[in-house]
Amino acid sequence: MKEYAMISEEARSTTEAFGKALTSLADEHKDVVALSADLAGSVKVTLMQKKYPERVFDVGIAEQNMVSMAAGLALGGLVPFAATFSVFLSLRDLDQLHTDICYQDLNVKMLGSHGGTSFSQAGSTHHALEDIAALRGMANLTIICPADYVETQLATKAAYEKYGPIYIRINRGTDYDVYNTESYGFEIGKSVLMNEGNDFTCIACGSMVHEALVAARSLKEKGVDLRVINMHTIKPIDKDAILKAMKETGGIVTAEDHNVIGGLGSAVSEVVAENGGAKKFKRLGVPDEFSIIGARKDILAHYEIDAAGIEKNVLALLNK
Amino acid sequence: MNFGKENYLSPDRDRLIISKGHAGVITAPILADLGIMDEALLPSYNHTGSPFGVHLDKRKVKGLEASTGSLGHGLSIGLGLAMAARLNQKDYTTYVLLGDGECDEGSIWEAAMSAAHFKMTNLITLVDRNNCMIDGRTEDVMALEPFADKWRAFGFEVMEIDGHLFPEIISALEKAKANKTDKPVCIILNTFKGEGVGFMRDNYKWHYGTLNEEQLAEAFADLEAYETARIARAEKEGK
Repeated sequence: MKEYAMISEEARSTTEAFGKALTSLADEHKDVVALSADLAGSVKVTLMQKKYPERVFDVGIAEQNMVSMAAGLALGGLVPFAATFSVFLSLRDLDQLHTDICYQDLNVKMLGSHGGTSFSQAGSTHHALEDIAALRGMANLTIICPADYVETQLATKAAYEKYGPIYIRINRGTDYDVYNTESYGFEIGKSVLMNEGNDFTCIACGSMVHEALVAARSLKEKGVDLRVINMHTIKPIDKDAILKAMKETGGIVTAEDHNVIGGLGSAVSEVVAENGGAKKFKRLGVPDEFSIIGARKDILAHYEIDAAGIEKNVLALLNK
Repeated sequence: MNFGKENYLSPDRDRLIISKGHAGVITAPILADLGIMDEALLPSYNHTGSPFGVHLDKRKVKGLEASTGSLGHGLSIGLGLAMAARLNQKDYTTYVLLGDGECDEGSIWEAAMSAAHFKMTNLITLVDRNNCMIDGRTEDVMALEPFADKWRAFGFEVMEIDGHLFPEIISALEKAKANKTDKPVCIILNTFKGEGVGFMRDNYKWHYGTLNEEQLAEAFADLEAYETARIARAEKEGK
């Protein structure tokens, strides 16, 4: 494992990481404003609201207005962060996001929480399995899916520093820490090598980075060295890391809490297909269906995107 | 409006959002008349590779505040711009021109609710009430009436005027700017689609169309007569 990576028993709230990073950005920069749609508490925008009530706008249950208003605030020279659940942010106001933000290339940051199946028991209406698929075709948009608390804070701060529309996707509840330091060199568009290995590669994002690291630890005991890559930026994707994995390892498996169509796995497969193909390749995620309801760990196990599922698939692909 | 060639990039300028983005064909010549958009580009309208077509792109047309086209977005964008003015302590006014048909969109009413909630008195909404939309007359396709009452119920000060008479428009805008209430203002401009051209007037089928040579000549003749009559009437009324 790389010196900055770890497998931790400690899990922390990434929405809190976002709320704190946002508040600290607001401390430093007067142009930071935030919006939510009756979910300010859930996405922890309230942390900023307590300190700067005049710079936070809760528009009620009106995501379309939230996103277009964010566009107007950006046209007025401010840097808005619009935050609500991923499933609503990416689908309910998709047209506004397309025309008002991406087409005009405005400096609006969007934070979608409760990504993937992380709002587990709430049911499929509150699972976001299509957000990355819906947004990946938007020109000018950057898409980031941080792996843990530390990375969510770094991604939020990096989003402020980089001009243009950015979508950050995090989860509800908590995610296991995968970094023991903030100084591992987070950079938008550049993946992070978490574990070295040449037998096979797992390219993961979000919660699946921790799962892949646990799988790698277990596989090591079975004599398999799994390379684990944290592909935190899904667009633009880090082609070099994929090409290297294709060349140096026995194959690639992708792991994401998303429909296998249109997300990380699709993004990686596009690079793989255009560059001669991988020795072995498989996308792990939710097969093209609306996800089941249940405890998150059970859902991840059901779709084989937990550590055991990743391990099982890697061994099968290696014919072991 | 505090907007022109000298200050169209100034952070203090007034803003106008043309939410009915299909009005690009009349927006571009006005921007050219103001000397902001290059007049020489006008003949390239809708041509392959032209910087502008039916719906204008703010990244390609100088002086345009927002790229619009998908309807129902403009009032929210204007709300954001007006809020930015408040936060940045700027005293510019944001104007939003809506079509009446686009008021079918729920997002217009999300924005209206917010504009009243946030007491956006630096935001002036204008609605082109021409009673026409692509599939027919508004009241046949999806009834909007009682339209003014809807805006009032959403917390707006409402004025209803003849949208073809400049003195009425100017006076309504002056009143809107002098508004002392904490309500945003909505000005409903009662208009006729295709005003001034006999065969187009009040005919929803001319939402979008192409003129042949004969129609073009007729339209120009009608417009000339219309302009002459208007000037004569204004002089008679001393306006």
